[in-house]
Amino acid sequence: MLKIDHVTKSFGGLMAVNNVTFQLDDTGITGLVGPNGSGKTTLFHLITGFYKLDRGQIHFKDKRISGLPPHVISRMGLVRSFQQTRVLPFLSALENLMAASPAQAGEHLSSVFFQPRRVKREESRNKERAIQILELLKLEALGQHLAGRLSFGQQKLLELGRVLMAEPKLILLDEPTAGINPTLIRQLVYVIRELAGKKIQFFLIEHNMPLVAEICEKVFMMDSGSLIFCGTPSEAVQNPRVIEAYLGSEDHVA
Amino acid sequence: MDYLLHIFIVSLIYAIFAISLNLELGYTGLYNFGHVAFFGIGAYTSALLSLAGCPVTLGMVCSMLLSGGMGALLAIPALRLSGDYFGIATLSFGEIIRLFFLNERWLTKGPMGLPGISRPAWIDEGVTGLPGYLIFCILLTLVVFLVTRHLTRSPFGRALKVVREDEYVAEALGKNALAFKIRAVMVGSILAGLAGSLWAHYISYISPADFTLTETILVLLCVVLGGRGTNWGPILGAFMILFFQEIIRFLPIPADFDRFVAPIQGMVYGAALVILMLKRPEGLLPEYKE
Repeated sequence: MLKIDHVTKSFGGLMAVNNVTFQLDDTGITGLVGPNGSGKTTLFHLITGFYKLDRGQIHFKDKRISGLPPHVISRMGLVRSFQQTRVLPFLSALENLMAASPAQAGEHLSSVFFQPRRVKREESRNKERAIQILELLKLEALGQHLAGRLSFGQQKLLELGRVLMAEPKLILLDEPTAGINPTLIRQLVYVIRELAGKKIQFFLIEHNMPLVAEICEKVFMMDSGSLIFCGTPSEAVQNPRVIEAYLGSEDHVA
Repeated sequence: MDYLLHIFIVSLIYAIFAISLNLELGYTGLYNFGHVAFFGIGAYTSALLSLAGCPVTLGMVCSMLLSGGMGALLAIPALRLSGDYFGIATLSFGEIIRLFFLNERWLTKGPMGLPGISRPAWIDEGVTGLPGYLIFCILLTLVVFLVTRHLTRSPFGRALKVVREDEYVAEALGKNALAFKIRAVMVGSILAGLAGSLWAHYISYISPADFTLTETILVLLCVVLGGRGTNWGPILGAFMILFFQEIIRFLPIPADFDRFVAPIQGMVYGAALVILMLKRPEGLLPEYKE
């Protein structure tokens, strides 16, 4: 599905991602862990085209995606969320979702003017889907609210909903549970698990190790830009390098 | 009465001009400080074609096409710059176009300007044509209003707002942010060209002095005062500003101070714009309700 091949990225003298190679097969939920500053988010930026790689290649579904602009990669079915929530504050929650519908004819000027009926049909279909997703996230009562007025946790959920709306094959989530309360975490986990069975794969950066152990089938671990571990969560917590880099050392905890 | 007709006509022309800027500023979040250039290109194109004997309607269509084309020509390189730098690029573009009007005398007659631009054949010249021209302007404003309303309520308009709110999110959701911005500037320029063309045929004399930064600030103020990102805002703003401008003429200002009125007016507009941006950025008609 996703193949990362000798990927390297440095900022000045800092090696943010150093010669990383791994492959994501058909695992439902894969975790990416590692201390702060280990290069996880940079790797996400590289995969989704927001950063250009210095060296290496990335393939998605056997097509090379490294070097393509972010919107092209997104259209191929590889959609991400952001570490800091980025809802569209002055659009309603419903509009936030509808805007994410993929391949909308109504985004072309010619269709807007010459195929208004088609655009209208498409819009009502997209609205229906958006409402379904709001219901899945239990946000249906907030559809007309401005997204910027929702609570932080609700914004996180909305952002996940927006990613789902884009009909992805592989979803990259950057710290989906950071800073939200336990009830919402359970809801998020429920949604991710619900969907992971339905031809959608998840790849997520997560600091909450018990949660990673609970939901991920496979875990990758990065430290100082390099990949240092790959295996199941139960193997991870016993691996001495993982314990040294992450679990056992307090200096790395933010 | 004729004077009132005149104010209405000019307000409507500015309403179209403001609607065109609103598409860029209000919906897409682009600060185009050279928007008057497209108004000017529209005015000059239409005027030159009409003086060469071309029918007014054909001239208007040509001026819209040329403004739109120039808009794309500016947007494609300038939009690779972000935020303030785009503003600076457009500011200099506006100045380049004004200097072009001023210096290319073989085409534009330079500072002398172009007199004797006629109105459409079915509308009388001079005062007797005012009602006819007013109706013409009302119809065109209505068309422009309906077209932009349709556009901004469509998924295209929503995508423009996504780009305005967060370009990275737009890209992450598969939208080519640059392409949307270019299209917004193009459509905005086409409509600004129409406004310029209407202006030239109405006022019948144009010169480079009509297309300065002051005009851009004036139309910016119309959009911000009315409410950016709304369909009615720019129209309300244009009418308020233009009526205010005309009311000043009736203030009892001593003859000795007459020469200060124009510069002070510019300062007042600038100050009003700054105060609005700080205190009420959403304008009189806010885009969204709390």
